[in-house]
Order: sequence, then C-alpha cells, then structure tokens
Amino acid sequence: MTADLSQGPVCPVPLSHRETIILGHGSGGKLTHELIRTIFGKWLSNPYLDQGDDSARLPMPDGQLSISTDAHVVKPLFFPGGDIGRLAVCGTVNDVAMLGAVPLYLTASFILEEGFAISDLDKIVQSMADAAREAGITIVAGDTKVVEKGKADGVYISTTGVGVIPNSRKMQISGSAAQEGDVILISGSLGDHGIAILSARNELAFEVALESDTAPLNGMIEALLEVAPDVHVLRDPTRGGLATTLIEIANQSKVDIAINEINIPVKEPVKAACEMLGFDPLYLANEGKLIIILPENQAQRAIEALRAHPYGRETSMIGRVSSAKDGSPEVTLLTPYGSTRMLTMLAGEILPRIC
Amino acid sequence: MKYTEEFRDARRVKELAADLCQITKNPWVIMEICGGQTHSFMHYGIDQLLPPQVELVHGPGCPVCVTPLEMIDKAIALASDPNFILASFGDMLRVPGSKGDLFSVRAAGGAVKVVYSPLDAVQLARQNPDKQVVFFAIGFETTTPPNALSIIQAEALGLKNFSLLVSQVRVPQAMEAILSSPANRVQGFLAAGHVCAIMGYWEYPPIAAKYHVPIAVTGFEPVDLLLGLIDVVKMLEAGETGVVNSYSRAVTEAGNQPAQAAIQRVFQPADRTWRGIGTIPMSGFSLRPEYAQYDAEKRFDIGHIQTREAEVCIAGKILQGVMKPPQCPAFGKECTPENPLGAPMVSNEGACSAYYRYRKGS
Repeated sequence: MTADLSQGPVCPVPLSHRETIILGHGSGGKLTHELIRTIFGKWLSNPYLDQGDDSARLPMPDGQLSISTDAHVVKPLFFPGGDIGRLAVCGTVNDVAMLGAVPLYLTASFILEEGFAISDLDKIVQSMADAAREAGITIVAGDTKVVEKGKADGVYISTTGVGVIPNSRKMQISGSAAQEGDVILISGSLGDHGIAILSARNELAFEVALESDTAPLNGMIEALLEVAPDVHVLRDPTRGGLATTLIEIANQSKVDIAINEINIPVKEPVKAACEMLGFDPLYLANEGKLIIILPENQAQRAIEALRAHPYGRETSMIGRVSSAKDGSPEVTLLTPYGSTRMLTMLAGEILPRIC
Repeated sequence: MKYTEEFRDARRVKELAADLCQITKNPWVIMEICGGQTHSFMHYGIDQLLPPQVELVHGPGCPVCVTPLEMIDKAIALASDPNFILASFGDMLRVPGSKGDLFSVRAAGGAVKVVYSPLDAVQLARQNPDKQVVFFAIGFETTTPPNALSIIQAEALGLKNFSLLVSQVRVPQAMEAILSSPANRVQGFLAAGHVCAIMGYWEYPPIAAKYHVPIAVTGFEPVDLLLGLIDVVKMLEAGETGVVNSYSRAVTEAGNQPAQAAIQRVFQPADRTWRGIGTIPMSGFSLRPEYAQYDAEKRFDIGHIQTREAEVCIAGKILQGVMKPPQCPAFGKECTPENPLGAPMVSNEGACSAYYRYRKGS
C-alpha cells in the first residue's frame, strides 16, 4: 500500500460509523440516539413512539386484552417473500389475532451483532413499518442492544403485541373450543414458508420458484368473523405445520380430528422439494396461513369470505371434528385410497432422508 | 407432479389392491427389504388394503439402523475432538450410541455438520483447511457411489484433510443371512428398488434359486408396492421361484454402470457387522488399500471403544423380520422417537418409527 502524500501529511480523521453497527450503538449514548433518529425514527415515527419516555402511554381499549410475544431468529435475514422484519411483525400480529383480537400495539427489541450492515437494518426496519401499516398496528416502544461480533447472527428481533378482543365478539375463540360436528378450513397451501427458507439457505441444491407466505392475517380474520361470528378456533400453523397444530388443538379441546388428504392444498414446488428430501408438507412451517374450526352451518359463508381475501384465495375445507373415541384425542388423515394414518408430533428437527 | 402422481393414482391403487386380493389364496409372509418401503406402506396406508393372508415383515434396509454401535461411538469420539469436523446425514445424529448421540455432541460444542451429500463434506474440507473433515459414510449400495465420488473428488483436489468413516453395507448378503437363519419366516421378497437402480438385479437369481424364493424388484409409490406384491404372490401361488422386475421404469438388470465403476474403483467387498444382527461375511464395503489415506479408522487413533446396547431393545429381531415393533415391551413406552433405545425408532426408514408415527402402536 502506498500512501497518497500529494496533499502533504494529514491527521487521521475519526472514522464515521455510518456503515456498520459497532458496540457503541448499544451504549445508550450519542451513537444510540443517532441510530434511533436515522433508522427507527425515520420509518416508525408515531405520536406514541415519539413521546420519548421510558415507556409508552396508551389509551385503554374497550374489551379484553390479547398479548403475545415472539422472538425471531430466521436465517437468512432476507428471503423470497419477506425478511426478518416482516416476519417479526406478522408473527406476533397473527398470534394476537388468533383469539379474534384486533391488534393495536407492538413493541420490538433488537439484538444486533457488531459489524452488521446499517443499510440492512434500514431495510429491515422499513419492512417492519410496511408490515405494521398493513396490519394496522402501531409500534409504540423499542430497544436496541449490540453484542460482540460472533455472539449473535446479524440481528435477532423480539416483538410483543397487544390487541383488544372487542366486547362485541360472540364466542371465546380458543384452541380448546373445537366441538364435535365442527368443520376445519385451511386458508391456503401448506409449506411455502418452510421450503422458501430452505431454498434461500441454498440447502436444497436445486432452485425452487417459491415465496414465503409471511403475511398479517388480522384483516382476513376480521372479514371472516363478520360473516361467521361463531368461529370456535383460529390458529396459524407455524413451526410444526398443520399436523402439529391440529394435534395441539385436538389435545386442548379433547376431540378427535379427521382430515382428508386430497383436500389439502400444496403447491407443486413444495411437493417436489418434499419428494426430493423426504419431508412431509403437513409438518412444514407456514407464516401466513390460518386454520379455522367452526360450526358447519357457517362454513360456506366463511369459505366465500376467505376466498374473497387476497390471503385466502385457496381456502379449502379439509376435515371434521368428532368426539374423542377412547379418551385420548387423535388426529387421523384419510388417504386417497380410503386408508388412514395417524398424525403424530415429530420428535426434534425435521431431517432429510438418506437414500 | 409428473412421474409420481401416476403412481399414486387412487383408482389404479384400488384396482391393483382388488387384483391382489383376488389372486391371493394362501397365507404368505413377504418381506420388504427397504425401510423406505416400510414407511411407504404405512404412510399411504397400503398395508390396510392388503388381503388378510398377506403378512408383511419388515427388512433390514434402514441405513442408520444397521450401523453398528461401535461406529457411532467412533463418530462421537471424532466429533468431540476440536480438531475435527464430522459431517453426516441428518438421520445419524439422533441414533443413540453407548453414551449420548451426535446431537448432544453438537450441543456440547462439537463440530457436527448435517450434509445432504458427501460432496458437501468435500466442500467443507476445502473451506476448513485447518480441520480434519470426516464424513460418516453409512448406508447401502445407494450411498456407496456418491461416497466413492467424494474420495475421487478429494483425490483430484489434493485434499489432505478429508476422510470417510466407512460403514457401508450390501443388500444381497443380508437377504442370504435372513434366509439361512433357522428363525426365518420369509417366503418372498420385495427387493429394494433404489438399490437395484444402482446395482441392477443380476445378483438375485442365484439367491432365488438357492433358497426357493420369489423376488420382485419393487419401487416405493403405492402403485409400485402393489405391483411388486402381485408379482411375488403370483409366483408363490404358482409354486415358482425367480426374479421379476416390477420397477422397470427405474431398474435394469445390469444397473447403473458408471455408479458401479465408481464403487469398484474406491471400495472392495468386506465383512461387516450389522447392528443387532452381527457380522455377515462380505456384507459390506471397505476402502481399497490404495485409498487407505482416506480411511478415518486407519488414519486416526480413535482408541478402544467399549460398546453397550440397551438390554430391552429387540432391534436385531425386528431387522431380521422375526418380530414386529409392537411386540417389543419397550415400544411406545420407554422407547419413543423422543427417547429412542434403538436405531429403528429413530430413522425415517426404521420400522419402529414407522409404526409409532403412523399407527401409534395399534
């Protein structure tokens, strides 16, 4: 390296830390304030957040509260159909909405790894702002910590959401409310998120034309409850997929569940990837799908309302609830051949087959 | 999806099942060799469509199930050494060794990497020149060619930090071991279609002739399974023996010649110990002497390994088709996929896991 001395000797200028996160960004001092102003303030500004106090002062909504918290550690941070920011908002919004609540407020805490590109953080926060706007939720408080290089993987985002269950809601929507005779709907195809993430990690060794389904579902739920107020259960089948979620519901409600394989929507690229790897789409993660369990007499209206919504176009009726026959709740799948198999929870990680 | 939907067609499956019921007059015990077929039977519920006279018993074709405890303990020893990266197929990580499994080694900070192909392990060796990368080369004739290729590639790249921990096994010798056992009940075989896609089926006619059994080379989709069963039952009912290819869209008699050439270049037949079964002569492969530098067992002093199997586990009897998973006293009680006592409860191809996942012990 040769020094450029054409302008005579110069003093070293202190480096500007505009490009990457350094430990100082989490110190609470000037750098922290600069980060809050230039990134978080730029995208998330609203009267509650801008109060600048240690916590946000919020009006009390009328009804019961629904609160949920979720930590997000996805890899890669940016993937087709979303990024960790959109996921961090949608994941919590959806959990809050599963009780039939209207999501109102969100808090977000960030754990940043030293050396993380500020331009990436900017994109992530912008994406959070977009998702929050779509969901109609306001981000009212936040926190940032920075850990040494190697002690985290880029960025982790933990969000907590608060929603209100309006007094006008007729039913107490819950995983324990499924009843004999109810029917089960799914709002669209399974496994898109799981396979899109694997593909984005370059772990498939083949290309998959597929986007994650990450989306806030509260708008669709609102449209659903308008025409089908007697919905008993709402759940988003995230980790563990449809199978695990239905098993959880069967156990909570102490009922048997039977689903019909030919009615379960799965996209061709997901089927192909599952074939190659030995995965079962019923166990893959989704981030924008909804399981609805409701009385049969409201099912048709519900299906129409869901199909009219952009996130529910492929809504399908997949099964039924019956009373638990021998006391231990079971989830059974009917194959296209008229045979059945039990669905059980997977032990540990999903592992690809060997040969 | 083309080439799978046709073989899952509900109408065709129901027709074939009806055909099978019609031709079956006598009781028969038929073994599907491959654990992938066991899972297909259970997954699609094809076992429920069979005539009551046909009893399926499940074969030893589960790579992680037959990998001996000693090899798992060796893999654990290597993975626990900070100078090593152990690369493995994912299924191997949960198989219990004498103490713990590879998952617990990873949790304790050991470098255990799940790869989809041994060639990914070669890449790991390139990316980590300061570490010894060992790939856990388990499985049947299906995994042997890619494992051979990994050695050929490592040699071409001049890699000094790549080796295999070899536990490769072969199907025909296992079939002979089952047939010559005094406890044998198997009267006909569905041969493993994927293995035959590599090796062809020229090795099977002498077995069919020697032990008077019909053998059908069989695929994995619902239609394939029923076609294989129909061919075997036809021969059994007619008192015939021999080999038929019921999976001709994937298998030829000679098999995949380049794959066999890769195996022959790098590996040679060798005695192998099968977990739960014991040593079967010439039932596996080891690296040829000229490739000894890629043999982790020869290259590294892994030390004396003392192994101890869970006493209650009947994996050996299950792998030989002598007993079925629900007959095990530990099945679904002490032994579950979360806490497996034996390998067949772990693997995607293990018979115990198939019963537990799809039938929950019923």
